[in-house]
Amino acid sequence: MADDRLRAAVAAGLLGSEQEFARLLRSIVEVARAIFGAKASSIFLLEEEANELVFAAVAGEEEQFLVGRRMSASSGIAGWVASARTPLVLEDVQSDPRFARDVAEDTGYVPRGLMAVPLLEEERVLGVLQVLDRPERARFSLQEMELLGLFASQAAIALSLLGTARKARAALADDGQASLVAQLAAALDRLEGRRRQGAEALLEGLVTVLAGR
Amino acid sequence: MSALAEEPLPAWSLPREAAARIRIANPLPERVDREWALGGATGDGVRVCILDSGIERGHPLVGDIAGAVAVSVDEDGKTIVEPDEEGDRCGHGTACAGIVRALAPAAELHSVRVLGAGFTGSGEALLAGLRWAVEQGFDVVNMSLSTTKRQFAELLHELTDKAYFNGTVLVASAHNMPVESYPWRFSSVVSVGSHEEEDPLRYYANPTPPVEFFARGVDVDVAWVGGGSIRATGNSFATPHISGISALIRSKHPALTPFQLKTVLHLTSTNVQDDG
Repeated sequence: MADDRLRAAVAAGLLGSEQEFARLLRSIVEVARAIFGAKASSIFLLEEEANELVFAAVAGEEEQFLVGRRMSASSGIAGWVASARTPLVLEDVQSDPRFARDVAEDTGYVPRGLMAVPLLEEERVLGVLQVLDRPERARFSLQEMELLGLFASQAAIALSLLGTARKARAALADDGQASLVAQLAAALDRLEGRRRQGAEALLEGLVTVLAGR
Repeated sequence: MSALAEEPLPAWSLPREAAARIRIANPLPERVDREWALGGATGDGVRVCILDSGIERGHPLVGDIAGAVAVSVDEDGKTIVEPDEEGDRCGHGTACAGIVRALAPAAELHSVRVLGAGFTGSGEALLAGLRWAVEQGFDVVNMSLSTTKRQFAELLHELTDKAYFNGTVLVASAHNMPVESYPWRFSSVVSVGSHEEEDPLRYYANPTPPVEFFARGVDVDVAWVGGGSIRATGNSFATPHISGISALIRSKHPALTPFQLKTVLHLTSTNVQDDG
């Protein structure tokens, strides 16, 4: 059926890019863990409207069950890093009983130390990268902080590019009908104010008529 | 206070006969050194505001808090300032407060919580909190945070200038990452980055701004929620060192303006003092 193919084309575009998205994120945390010689690493994606941080990727086979878990962005260290948009490096975090309890409930593993850095794309915060339990050394160094920042910038760019590619792929699906829908959406995006409202009302009417409601 | 306050001058100009009215005493000695600047100072009489995630009540490394408010912005853009019963939901503000307390034990600490009420609108809350703090006329405001949102840059610029002219020293963290953020880049604030040494009273003037000073910011033992402490790294923790030192200088020399205070910080910096 024609409309089944159209929906399938859009869905396949979205689904494929989601998988790539997950693979890239996983690769980023694996590299982060390797670079810092750390025990674990994870990326949270910020869902601004829900005010939540979502585990989007976790390094290591055994930790994959964490992906998709959510936590409030209003509290805790990752939440602070996202809202303050600045990195934090903490050692002896086990002495924070609230942190230890919250993290243990989420992951069953309480780190000794953590580095958390915001993933920034210009003025937007895309998420937070955490690196847990780097090897114990006498002191942290500013070189490590710089490395963390540079690495986060790279990770953020990768995330941003992927997000853009995902949108583009969905809009420019090679199916002629999907492309038609993309053109319609683009035309709608360009409209503002009353013309936009008018166009939206027109589309709603069209959906009602086509759906035979 | 100068005679300026007694009878206002015409806007932006100085009539010939008014010149005698604005004589200002020079508060600086021939040689400014650490001993003159902060020797024997405790921070007594100085009000320091920690604009952050709140401060945990009753923390042994922080001690008494003279006031605590939470600032948020509602859907209509209206600022809400209410007594903060919650304390600190992260630990970051408590850490900053503890650093100031350790350096300036007699300073009066105030908490303005602008983070922790939700991610959406955090930039607005930061701006509203800073505005409120500037209106209160605190002597020192510690701002171990910044915003990357350009839409706030101009308003922040106006606010930091207002603080500067009103006599509030605003001490702001430089970003740890190569990104544009505010307000630390503005010349009306004292901006701080980290050095790697352990001495809390060691600070350096940076000959190549925008970051103006470096203070202790690596592996710092800081107060944290739960009454304990942890080791932390970041410009966030270098900044309250300069806030605490500024509180000491202001308690000993209350007549200094923010720009004079910055000059004193510069002249007493480790690299300026020791190496000339």
